[in-house]
Amino acid sequence: MAKKKLKAASELTWKDLEIGNIVKEAGSASARRTGDWRTQRPILDKKKCIKCALCWLNCPDVAIKPPDKEGYYVADLDYCKGCGICAEICPVDAITMVEEEEK
Amino acid sequence: MSKRVGLEASHAAAEAARMADIDVTAAYPITPQTHIPERLAEMVANGELEAAYIPVESEHSALSACLGSAAVGARTFTATAGQGLELMHEVVYVASSMRYPIVMVVANRALSAPLSVWGDHSDAMAVRDTGWIQVFCQNNQEAFDLTVWAFRVGEDPKVLFPVMVHFDGFSLSHVTEPVILPEQEEVDRFLPKFRYPFALNPDHPMTHGAFGPPDIYSETKVAQEIALRKSKAVILQGWQEFGDIFGRYYEPVESYKTDGARLLVLTMGSFSETAKAAVDIKKSSGESVGLINLRLWRPFPFKELRQAVKGAETLVVFDRCISFGGPGGPVCSEVRSALYGEKKRPAVVSFVGGMGGRDMSVEDFEYVIDRGREVAEKGSPELFETVGIRGEVTGIRG
Repeated sequence: MAKKKLKAASELTWKDLEIGNIVKEAGSASARRTGDWRTQRPILDKKKCIKCALCWLNCPDVAIKPPDKEGYYVADLDYCKGCGICAEICPVDAITMVEEEEK
Repeated sequence: MSKRVGLEASHAAAEAARMADIDVTAAYPITPQTHIPERLAEMVANGELEAAYIPVESEHSALSACLGSAAVGARTFTATAGQGLELMHEVVYVASSMRYPIVMVVANRALSAPLSVWGDHSDAMAVRDTGWIQVFCQNNQEAFDLTVWAFRVGEDPKVLFPVMVHFDGFSLSHVTEPVILPEQEEVDRFLPKFRYPFALNPDHPMTHGAFGPPDIYSETKVAQEIALRKSKAVILQGWQEFGDIFGRYYEPVESYKTDGARLLVLTMGSFSETAKAAVDIKKSSGESVGLINLRLWRPFPFKELRQAVKGAETLVVFDRCISFGGPGGPVCSEVRSALYGEKKRPAVVSFVGGMGGRDMSVEDFEYVIDRGREVAEKGSPELFETVGIRGEVTGIRG
């Protein structure tokens, strides 16, 4: 889905809200960087990766992108919450969780 | 032709739900509301009402099921009382905040402990801040009329709020009175089909119930508050249209023989009729008294109340509930607040009585009038007065 430009929640007035705070468009989370509160990020070691797709299947937030041109499954850091399930599930320990650091 | 039949308020409410052609009801039986889901179950089983009757394991589930059916645009009805309303408490907030126009009848009941299945207003007061439209019925005709009206108002696209229709447990729920039932055609004319603009539909996905972090939650609450207050216009319009079709006109604040009255008694629910009898007796012996029946509880009818009591010297507010440790009965607190800013306002006296099914007789209301006048003139160290309590009551101090 194409990423739309949405106003940040902090820019909305009470008059901008739909009745019952309904979000009328599906998939609107794609327009927001929902993973910005992550404390750890997954790092993929492509030398170890066997492209088995287990991380992709098990990510609870659909935050691992479809295979790239070379067939690797890489996390989309705009949405990844850093839960570490991919690292845990990886049968060859190709994913390591590392601390996010303040920039 | 409309017909006049003997009905208890519970069956009048069930009849109203049937004539409103509800799509879904999910309710859990609890005294004194039991006859409502019982009658609806019978109607669905007999084919008198084409609706889904969802048996649930608790009141929390009952209202949760109602959220789901309202979300897909089904006309939804439920009923509860006392402990049942308490058990569904968190869902009560969800229904109003998500703006689902569910209609819920509450056969008002006292709250445990001690265990009591009998009537008072403690359950209603515990949900007064939940954001529902709330009305109180005085008799069984109002139980029918206000239930039909509740669908019309709640489902209006300018409103979209759930509506609670209150009537007193046992003194109305289980008492048979003559009720005029209209023709189906009249109800259909008053009540258009429910067209919920945001019905969940797999072909047009949308999100109901997204979470609200600190940077947006406050805005959602202010929007909700303003919308609830704006619903007043449709509430009044709904009553006007109801009167035009059915011939019975309702007002948020009903004034009974208040013209020139120096002392007014304010009541809610079925006791208003008892208090009217007391007012009649007092008037016949030359006393200057009248009665205010508060029908609309939320949104609170500030303007109408101020107008109704502006000529009075004394306003005695009768509550069927204690606000423990607070300034007086909960209705009285609201009434005092509503009048505080007025330059000319009556002295307000708070009375509490009729709790847990304790009857209030005409003589009791005559006492309320006499004692209320005395307190207004001489003052009292107590924050509120009681009626019908054995033993001298002192120690209700600030």
